[in-house]
This record gives sequence, structure tokens and C-alpha cells, in this order.
Amino acid sequence: MSASLPDRSRRPRWAHLLAQNIGLELSVFLLVACVLGYCGAFYAQQQRFPGGFEVTSTVNNTMPLVLAGMAQTLVVLTRGIDLSVGGVIDLTNATAAITLGDSPGSMVLWSGVVLLIGAACGLVNGLLVGLGRLQPILVTLATLSIYQGVAIRVLPQPGGQVPEVYTAVLANTSGPWSLLYVVALGVLWTGFRRTRLGVAVFAIGNDPQAAQANGIAARRVVILAYVLGGVLSAAAGLFLAASATAGDATTGNGFTLTSIVAVVLGGVSLFGGRGSAVGAIMGAFVINMIVNILFFAHIDPLYQAFYEGMFLVVAVLAANGIGRLARVRR
Amino acid sequence: MSKSFGGVRALDNASFAAAAGEVHALVGENGAGKSTLIKLLGGRLLPDTGTIRLKGNEVRLTGPEQAHARGAWTVFQELMLFAGMTVAENLLLGREPRGPLGVISHRRMGRAAEALLAEMGITHIDPLALVEDISLAQRQIVEIVRALSHEPDILFLDEPTSSLVEREVSWLFERVRALRDQGACVIFTSHRWNEVRSIADRITVFRNGRDVGTFTELDESEAVTLMTGQRLDTLFPARPPEPAAAPVLQVQDLSGPRVDRVGLALRPGEILGIGGLAGQGHRELFLLLFGADRPSGGRITIDGHAARIHSPRDAKRRIHGLAFVPEDRKTEGLLLGMSVRDNLTLSILDRISRAGVLRLGQERRQAQDMMQRLSVRAAGVSSPVGALSGGNQQKVLLGRWLMAEPRILLFYDVTRGVDVATKHEVYQLMVRLAQEGRAILFYSSDAEELAELSHRVLVMREGRIAAELIAPGITAEQIVSAAVHERIAA
Repeated sequence: MSASLPDRSRRPRWAHLLAQNIGLELSVFLLVACVLGYCGAFYAQQQRFPGGFEVTSTVNNTMPLVLAGMAQTLVVLTRGIDLSVGGVIDLTNATAAITLGDSPGSMVLWSGVVLLIGAACGLVNGLLVGLGRLQPILVTLATLSIYQGVAIRVLPQPGGQVPEVYTAVLANTSGPWSLLYVVALGVLWTGFRRTRLGVAVFAIGNDPQAAQANGIAARRVVILAYVLGGVLSAAAGLFLAASATAGDATTGNGFTLTSIVAVVLGGVSLFGGRGSAVGAIMGAFVINMIVNILFFAHIDPLYQAFYEGMFLVVAVLAANGIGRLARVRR
Repeated sequence: MSKSFGGVRALDNASFAAAAGEVHALVGENGAGKSTLIKLLGGRLLPDTGTIRLKGNEVRLTGPEQAHARGAWTVFQELMLFAGMTVAENLLLGREPRGPLGVISHRRMGRAAEALLAEMGITHIDPLALVEDISLAQRQIVEIVRALSHEPDILFLDEPTSSLVEREVSWLFERVRALRDQGACVIFTSHRWNEVRSIADRITVFRNGRDVGTFTELDESEAVTLMTGQRLDTLFPARPPEPAAAPVLQVQDLSGPRVDRVGLALRPGEILGIGGLAGQGHRELFLLLFGADRPSGGRITIDGHAARIHSPRDAKRRIHGLAFVPEDRKTEGLLLGMSVRDNLTLSILDRISRAGVLRLGQERRQAQDMMQRLSVRAAGVSSPVGALSGGNQQKVLLGRWLMAEPRILLFYDVTRGVDVATKHEVYQLMVRLAQEGRAILFYSSDAEELAELSHRVLVMREGRIAAELIAPGITAEQIVSAAVHERIAA
């Protein structure tokens, strides 16, 4: 005797992926819309379409936010938030500016040290959140101030020096070479999502209790997420140093909030467990495009923040509305 | 073993033993300690005192993985699935098939999950669907399949059947028997006596955190006596007297999603049962009546006047006087972090406030009255609802609706997952409410309840009223057969 349960036809894999990644699809849509808007604004001003130079500078300008957005994604996926992203960028940027020497050995060595500093910053956050059981927002708000303070101590005045070669490797202005980094980061993320650690990060974000009950070492995974986030923020600090060819202990301050915005625009849920860093990468580009459009629309820089905010509200509202429609129709 | 939470002793020197090759049922009221025991055995909690022996060896389970390593797997009452991940990811967590690069291959994972489900006789769950997109019953099945797929030597199932329909239960029991016949030990809890009787080789009864005995033969009334510590001569109170003649609620040709031209008349003082298999439109009918769904046709008349109910807010208005008590107290309306008082008075805030400011004294008095009326067991009106046992939570939810003094009560499977003693109290309350002249429309997945309490039972099939049974003389068998067959055996 077999109790048979009714059969149901299967939807193909692509249909599932399409339906389950609405956030990502919306961020693609948003990015395309912003790129078109940018091209239009650019054409209206310059009577030509943006060329290689514009692509290069856009990618180079966005790279730090791409990295900061990925850092934020990792933490947000675990149901946390990392407000110290800006502080870590400040500190690592300042450190890079005073340590990087002209020899390749020095550059590699100190870059590694800077990344380790980022990891250490992330470890402090992770230990306080994972072992100390403190609210992520509280912990990272405190460490944001601490890292900013240390950064000022390391480099009181903007300055220092970054070797030309270093700039040429990380933020080459002769062509959009940085696109390779963007692609590499996307591939890296896709791989990460398919490792045990990646799965664990999503599982914890979905349901911390269930993760524990399934034998996932939740605390260790949360700590690791903050550490990896710290490394990515440090990479953003290095990138900023390379493109500015100098250091500034306040250069990262804006990244705390913009990294969160990138995450939201990229369709990552602030409640954790859903979303992709690829979305955050696109979110970073969307933000950059919006800034560019405002520039070409001759918005008074004083009002720029106002219009950026307006854009964001509209973008998120639109994304949400479309997302809800898509869910209802399903 | 003992385990306390705060000042509450959930388990008090409880002991029990189960052997390989048997199905062992743990029964007891809510709060008797069964779930705590299973959490201890599953490695999610550490006992304060006492020892666990698995396969003869004393073990200290500091985490679920330690239980897993010894072949003991658990399906916890609150499901441990990841809503935003696919069925396949959930099934294969921690043992995902890898691709050539050492990273997880989603393609292989989908195929492996499909094979796993098929092997267990499950073909109606799409492994690539997100867990949040499948039904509660399907989630329960996924959780069970996950545990089964580890080929456990010891399997703990905490209330595995509470969200399953009959067909799914028989699927589960088939699996459980197969596992037992392979020499595994299966330990499960259930509030449904029929299930316990049909599958368990032995039964251990728990009361107030202690084990009161293990039995191979036990009939229901003995079990109830053991579980509650007192004799419940009859679980069901006497049916309330014959209702008045003129109906308070009349429904004609009501149609809507999954509801097809339903007509019924409900009189003051009447308990009108609605029966049938799951998914035959009962829930939708209740939602239509309560204004939570929009009807596509038909008429609802209250007190002889056409009722205009476009929202639950309309339904609750005094001229309509409807109240809807849903089944799932966790997701449908209880604010677990707030106090008993806040939860009770939520539906009558406008009545106990002046110019938008709550009159706290009155709020407190009313809440206390209701707590007494329903004999809610809590430290006081300000204790958080989340700290109460399941049965008491259910009573608070009931109390909230009674606060508004409704005339027509829609009871939707309110006794599901509730222990016997609380069920008894709910029945008594229903009878009392009917005696007060309130009309009760009562859906239950338990045919016996319907048969014992209702003046009449309407059996629904595919959105329509398929049969009407009139008391006295209604039996659960009649209801079930009317739900299944085209014609009823009169």
C-alpha cells in the first residue's frame, strides 16, 4: 500500500531563477535606466556620446563603492549592518598613503598589511557582535568613531604618497582596466555563494535558530562575515589611495551610508538572508550614474545631496512597486 | 532529566527509555515537557541535571551536530528550514554536491534533491522552489524528508502531523513503519489520539514535566486521566439547548475564491459545524464572511438586513457583531512580546479610551475579568503572552474577540495543536457562549468535535455545501464519509 501524493508539473530551472531573483533583475533594470539617462544628459551637453575616457573614469570612480557595497552585503546578509565601513576605509587609506614604498616588494607587503588591518577591524566588529551578542548597529557605530579617530592619528593632514606604479595597477586611467576587477569580484562572489561558508551566511540570515539547529557554527560564520567585510573595505581604501595618489583620513566617511544604499538598490534585503553582492555592485554603479546625471544637469552642488536623496527614494519606491507586482502575479 | 527556564521547571526528573525497532509516542498536555525533552535529546538544550544515553553510551549533547554524529536526527516542532532558500538547498545543507571546481553545483543539487524526494515517494514538491513559496504541509514534509534522508538510527518527531492532512499523515506513518522495521527507534509526539493509537508500539505519558508511565495498551480516557491528573468523564460538554427560530446570519449563494454558491442560516444560540477535508473552501468561506476576501456573488444578511461587509473592520462593527478566531495563534494576531492585557484589549481600544487616551484602570479591570472568565493561567495581566503555554495563548486570543461582545462567532479550527484539557475548556466556553444566545459557526479538522458539539453540521466539498447532518445522532464517521463520498451513508 502506498499513500501517493498528487504530482505537480515542474517549472524549468530558468523560470525559478527568474522568479526568485527579482531584486537582482530590478537592479539590472535600474542600472540600464540610469546608463541611458546618463548618455542622454551627456549627449545634451556634449553633442556626443560618452567614450572610452568616460567609461574608464566611471569604473575607476565606482570601484571603491563596489568594494564597500560588497563588504556591506556580506554583513547585511547575516542580519547585521556595518556602519564602520567608512572608518575602515579611512584608516586603511591613511595607512596606505604613509607606508607604500616604491619597490614592488614594499607595495605588495604593505598592501597585505593594510588588508590585514581591515581584517582586524572586521574581527573586532565580529567578536563584539558574534561573541559579545551586541547589536551590530551599536557595535559598528562605536567602532566607526574609533577607526576614524585612529585614522586621523595615523595621517593628521591629507597627504602621504602613493607610487605611480601602484596607481597604474589599481586605477589605470589609460583604459577601463578596472572592469576586469569588477568582473573578477562578481565571479568571486558567485563562487563564494557556492561554498559552505557562503551557504552558511545565507542560512544564518534566513533563520539564526534554524542555522544553529542544523549544526552551523553560527558565531564563527558571523565573525568571518565581518572579517571578510573588513578586508573588502580595506581594498576600497587601497583603491581610493591609488586613484587619489595620496591619502586622506576622512575620505571614507561617505561610504558608510552609500554602501548601504548600494546594497538596497542591489536588491539585498536589510533583514538578511536574501540578495546578492552582484546586485550591490550594480547598485554602486547606479549611485555613480545618478551623481553623473546630476552633474550634467547642472545642479548646484549645494543641492546635490537633496537631489540624490530624491532619486534614491524614487528608485527604491519604483523597485519595490515592481517587485510587489511581480510577486502578486506569480 | 531536569530543565528549568527562569523559574519554570519544564522538566522535573523525567525519565523514559525507548528501544531499537519501536515507535514510541510521547503524549501529554501542552507544557508537559515533551518539546523540552526533545530539544534536550536533539542537542539544542543542555539538561540542568540528568543523563542521556544513546545506544547504551552516556552522551553530552552540546550541539545538534553531536546528536547527528550518533545517528539521532530531530524534526522540531517549529520547523528549522530556511525560507529564502530552495527546497534542494534545505534538503542537502552541509552535504551539497560539488562541481568540478569544488564549488557547489546547483544543477547537481537540484537533481539530487529530486531523486531524494522521489525515493521517499514525494513528487509534488518542486526542489527548486523557495521554501517560503511552498505550503506549510509541504515544508513539514521537506523537514521530515531531510531527517529521513540521513537514515537515522534514532528519529525524534515533535508534532510532525499538526499541519498535515490525512493522506500526508499516512505517507509519514508508512515511512515511520519502514524505518522501524529496519531496526530504528522512532519517538514522536502528537495531540491526535487516533494517530498515537495507530502507530505507537509504546506510549509514555508526561504530566507537569514528569513521566507518569509507559504503556503498551492505553485507551483514550485512561490517557486523558493520566495526562491531566483528573478524570475527565466526558471530554465534550452537553450540547447547548435548541436555538431560537429566527436566524441572525443568513447567507445565500455566496461565491468567491474556492467558494461556490454557499447558502446557510445561523440562529442565535446555535453551534453550526462546518466540516470537510482540508482545502475544500472552508477557510475561504470564513474569510468571505469576515470581509477579508471579496465575494464574487451572493448575499449576506444579518438580522434580516443586507450586510455590507467590505473589510474585517466592517465585520467587527457593532451592527454586524462578527468575530473571527483563527487557528494559528502565532501568526494570526497574538503579539507575543506584549502583555496579556494589551492583547486582550486590542479589539476594544476605542471603548476604553477617552479622546484617544486609554483609561488604564478600566483596561486593567476588563482584562482581569476576561482572564477570570476564561481561566487563563498567567502570573498576571501584565505578563507577556509569549511566556504562556500554547493553550493559554489560545485562550487569550479567544478572549480578545469576546471583549467586543460579538453576536456571531466564527471559530476556525481553534483547537488544532491544543492539549486535551484546554480543548475541554474551549468546548465548555463555546457551549456557554451559545447559551448566552450567541451564534457560532465552527470549522474543525476534527470530525469528532463537530459531531459532539454542533446542532447541525454542513459538510463542504469543492467549495459547495455537499451535505447537512442534523443532531442528535451525528457521528464523526458520517462527517468523514460525507466529506469523501458523493452520497452519504444515512
